[in-house]
Amino acid sequence: MVVLFLIPLLIALAYSLLTRGPYGGVFLPWTIENYARSLDPLYLTILWRSVWLAAVSTALCWFLGFPLALYIARSARHKTLLLNLVMLPFWTSFLIRTYAWMFLLRDTGLVNTLLEELHMINAPLPLLFNNGAVVLGLVYGFLPFMVLPLYATLEKLDPALLDAAFDLGATPWVALWRVIVPLSKPGIAAGCVLVFIPCLGAYLTPDLMGGGKTVMLGNLVQNQFTSARDWPFGAAISLLLMLMALLVARVLAKQSEKLL
Amino acid sequence: MRRFLAVYAAAAYLFLYLPLAVLALFSFNSSKIAAWRGFTFDWYRIVFHNSALFEGTLNSLIIAVVATVVSTVIGTLAGYALWKKRAPGLTNWLTNTLYMSLLAPEIIIGVSLLALFQWAFRFGHLQLGLHTVILAHISFSLVYVVIVILARLRTFDPALEEAASDLGANRWQVFRHVTIPLLMPAILAAALLCFTVSFDDYVITSLVAGVDSETLPMMIYAMARKGISPEVNALSAMITVGLGILVLLASRLERSR
Repeated sequence: MVVLFLIPLLIALAYSLLTRGPYGGVFLPWTIENYARSLDPLYLTILWRSVWLAAVSTALCWFLGFPLALYIARSARHKTLLLNLVMLPFWTSFLIRTYAWMFLLRDTGLVNTLLEELHMINAPLPLLFNNGAVVLGLVYGFLPFMVLPLYATLEKLDPALLDAAFDLGATPWVALWRVIVPLSKPGIAAGCVLVFIPCLGAYLTPDLMGGGKTVMLGNLVQNQFTSARDWPFGAAISLLLMLMALLVARVLAKQSEKLL
Repeated sequence: MRRFLAVYAAAAYLFLYLPLAVLALFSFNSSKIAAWRGFTFDWYRIVFHNSALFEGTLNSLIIAVVATVVSTVIGTLAGYALWKKRAPGLTNWLTNTLYMSLLAPEIIIGVSLLALFQWAFRFGHLQLGLHTVILAHISFSLVYVVIVILARLRTFDPALEEAASDLGANRWQVFRHVTIPLLMPAILAAALLCFTVSFDDYVITSLVAGVDSETLPMMIYAMARKGISPEVNALSAMITVGLGILVLLASRLERSR
């Protein structure tokens, strides 16, 4: 673990402080120029886009995942089965799940073909290769990460608290907003960390569903290490990304601890 | 409220499974375009006769099997060592590193491994290839093994080990004849999960692969980039069903006590 995770990360740290060679590769002298360069407006746009898309995806995951987790936690039978059904897609190939959406949304995909055969449209709708498609792909990919911690807290929730709320005249909606949601904050915080971080560092989804137009931090890193061959800069960006991930995890972990 | 939740949940399950179901359905479509024109097995026949895909599958299998065996052995021992807590400070530090590596986006793991390999290559005439992919796969699947083993050990009664050593078993005998058999379901579950994550991986693999080590996911990626094709649908359907069965088996093993 240490050898295979920390040491590579330390080497990346060293690379990020070195100078780029004329044909790629890394050379002395030591410099912090790579970090200074990441403040360029071009890269700040990418940073902002990554944070924004990750935040929207996380919010949608919560919106979709919360009622689902509540339903599973409240169902009398088949809890494990229902939960496994949520987890199962997560263990099957992420690439294939992304391709499944491409199959539906491409210009020559199922939705457009169907609409054309029904003569409802003349030209294919631009469903793929935009920010919306990327968000859809991220929500689809990481929904299980939201449902699992939400379920864990909702399952432990004392039903007597709900009865009390109803006895005091609360409608189901009021009980949901003023009792269930506040009490499940630790689970919400945990779910948000688990969804936001992989979304922030996503590479495959923006690459395939954004079609090269929606560049996120993960794509920037990949590009610097492959076609641009600027390893020091790529390493600097990945370390900044890792730092952001750890920071978010820390802040939200504190949040969920406080409320437990 | 109840009804609303049930409808909502049904919609969520539909959202999760419909794309995959449609994908699988259209692998039997007799037309190349995404409109239903009749039933056929042709795409499966084509996939089975594609020698490049066969080679990619072989590469993926070699990588997954080697990575699974190595990380299951190392991961089980590492999980056991973490549980024993002989050096509490070090154990805590290692556990934190474990969770940190779980949080790290795949792309970061990929590029930092690439940086490590390129740095190591300065000391010998080595190149990226199957061996670097295998090393990379060991590194990320190890984490899953340690986590599954640690989860099982949490409910493991240390008295069982103590009883064995009171009866005169030495440390190795206790580990071999008491601990390992009791951990076996978890070890098998971990191995199955390792195999699935390794067989599936694209992002890390594509960064550390050489020219001779193209894997099945790399081929699927290349095909998906080009456009949709029923061959990819057929291939995807087979992989999804195969890996789905493995995961169900793993979760069954994990729960059997």
